[in-house]
Amino acid sequence: MTQPDLACTHLTKRFGDTTAVDDVNFEVPPGSFFSILGPSGCGKTTIMRMIAGFLAPSDGDILIKGRSVLDVAPNKRPVNMVFQHLALFPMMNIADNIGYGLRRKGLPKPEIARKVGEVLERIGLPDIGTRRVEELSGGQKQRVAIARCMVLEPDVLLLDEPLGALDLKLREHMKVELKALQAAFDTTFVYITHDQSEALVMSDTVAVMNAGRFEQMGAARDLYYRPETAFVAGFVGDSNRWRGRVESVEGDALRLRSDSGLALLGSRHGRALAGGTTADIYVRPEAIRLGHSPEDVAHFDNRLTGTVTSLLFNGAASRILVRPDEGREEIEVALPQSGEFAHLERGSDVHVGWSSDQGNCFAAEAG
Amino acid sequence: MQAAQRLGFLLLVAPLLLWLGLLIIIPHIDMFLVSLRERVGVGEYATSLANYRSFIEEPLYLVTFARTAVMSVMATALTLLIGFPVAYYIAKMARGRVRSALFLLCLVPFWVSELVRTFGWMILLRETGLFSSVLQWAGLADAPVEMLYNDAAIMVGLVYTSMLFMVVPLITTLDSLDDAVIEAGYDLGGSGPSILREIVIPHAMPGIVSGSIVVFMLSLGNYLTPIMLGGKDSLWFTELIYSQFIVRFNWELGAAFGFMLLILSSVIVWGTLRLTGQTLEKTMG
Repeated sequence: MTQPDLACTHLTKRFGDTTAVDDVNFEVPPGSFFSILGPSGCGKTTIMRMIAGFLAPSDGDILIKGRSVLDVAPNKRPVNMVFQHLALFPMMNIADNIGYGLRRKGLPKPEIARKVGEVLERIGLPDIGTRRVEELSGGQKQRVAIARCMVLEPDVLLLDEPLGALDLKLREHMKVELKALQAAFDTTFVYITHDQSEALVMSDTVAVMNAGRFEQMGAARDLYYRPETAFVAGFVGDSNRWRGRVESVEGDALRLRSDSGLALLGSRHGRALAGGTTADIYVRPEAIRLGHSPEDVAHFDNRLTGTVTSLLFNGAASRILVRPDEGREEIEVALPQSGEFAHLERGSDVHVGWSSDQGNCFAAEAG
Repeated sequence: MQAAQRLGFLLLVAPLLLWLGLLIIIPHIDMFLVSLRERVGVGEYATSLANYRSFIEEPLYLVTFARTAVMSVMATALTLLIGFPVAYYIAKMARGRVRSALFLLCLVPFWVSELVRTFGWMILLRETGLFSSVLQWAGLADAPVEMLYNDAAIMVGLVYTSMLFMVVPLITTLDSLDDAVIEAGYDLGGSGPSILREIVIPHAMPGIVSGSIVVFMLSLGNYLTPIMLGGKDSLWFTELIYSQFIVRFNWELGAAFGFMLLILSSVIVWGTLRLTGQTLEKTMG
């Protein structure tokens, strides 16, 4: 086991009576892309500012390459940060922006010029050194902000929702590019975002954060398919959710009667859930199979018939809403793009089914 | 429609044109013409540069002129030195109510007239004043100390009078500096002084220059403060102009002095703008 680049142990931050970050522990191995995903106000920015050194933790420790940095000032820490609005220095040109940190280190001028040239080459913008900040496009500024940090060769690069200000198309593009830059620089990235697709696409490990705590930490795929808490199931990706009473439990499998009267089979995946309690069941729209006839879905243990009430066309991510014959709530079902449902219309009768394994059940929280 | 639009435009610019024409351009043209007159006999005038010549030839005039310029520059520099930290604190460190309270405190002295404000300083600084009494009471002086009627007292008055005009533009420009930019400076290894030098001051430059221009002009043209705090020997250039116009009734020389002051302030403002690489549009816009 190699030493982690960044480790936080029992990290806690209290502001007066509120606890913004509550006993958070994690380790980031060298060269990996670690994301903290959570809704705004969950404490993720507080964690980032503590790592960067702008806030002092109330409790716990931050270790970079095994050494505690709590008593190291932000300008001496081997971490650099890409700010939410990038915070490029508007009073300097691009080369001076990138060279700022090197000048502060007291490097000789020719070496600064060489390093700035190299890093500009690396981000694919070799000729912009003499340009002014406001002349660059959003994506270029993004890359310059990263280059300005990377030229200092930090142990850890922190990124605070840097894609938030970009338009959708550019954001999609920058996701891929950021991942490529991370591989090219081979540096540990810690990325915070409220946008799940950014976190899922780029990260090696994602931590989902809510109300100051890490709800779950793992690979994107695990978070998506095997959420450990109801919050993760609801926050990451879309889900159909039913609340109901657990009628029977058999191993991991359980039977649940929803408040609207549907009988559903789900799985508790090792979580404690006793018969007679109230539980939530989460099923992903794409885990539900759509069929024209009962035979199409015969091999699933959850089967329903219903009518299509809406077609939600969204290209590859198109969905339909199905109202089951019994029960009131509509079910969101992914629309396969293979053509066999191309003629589906409102009012069509359909059969849907899914495996009980795909129904993640959690004890219902009060409220 | 076109005609109506033109009429509307004319009505809009009329006050500005009237103000500029009646109060600035016409008086200045007249002043200039007066300054070029030389009295050759009773009620007889000839056009000449005699007034400007006597300005250059009389050392007292030149010394007063230079002294006023240098002291005004010093007053501007001191105001900037004191005003910058104040503005930085209000714009970047104070939050919420503290911020408005501090801003109000800067403004409060300007609710009373300049005369009253200057009297305030006289009460503090005169021989029987507060400072003198405190010094005697503390045993640091065994006789009353006169602190009025010297250059330091003039300087104190000038700085005090102009503080607001420096602090306000500075707060405005510093306010527009994103905190994240300062944090980015620290994050990239910058120390306090280097961030001040490379990030904060370059960003605040338009505010520094516009504040300095206003303070400089106010100091240069100040009459009350130098007279009251500096006494009648304070040698301020506006005093010379006043005495030529009112005491000596020599309007010709007074007008020439007025023009020299206008040229001086224009040259120094232009020089400052050139030196700092700022333009008038940028600093006043």
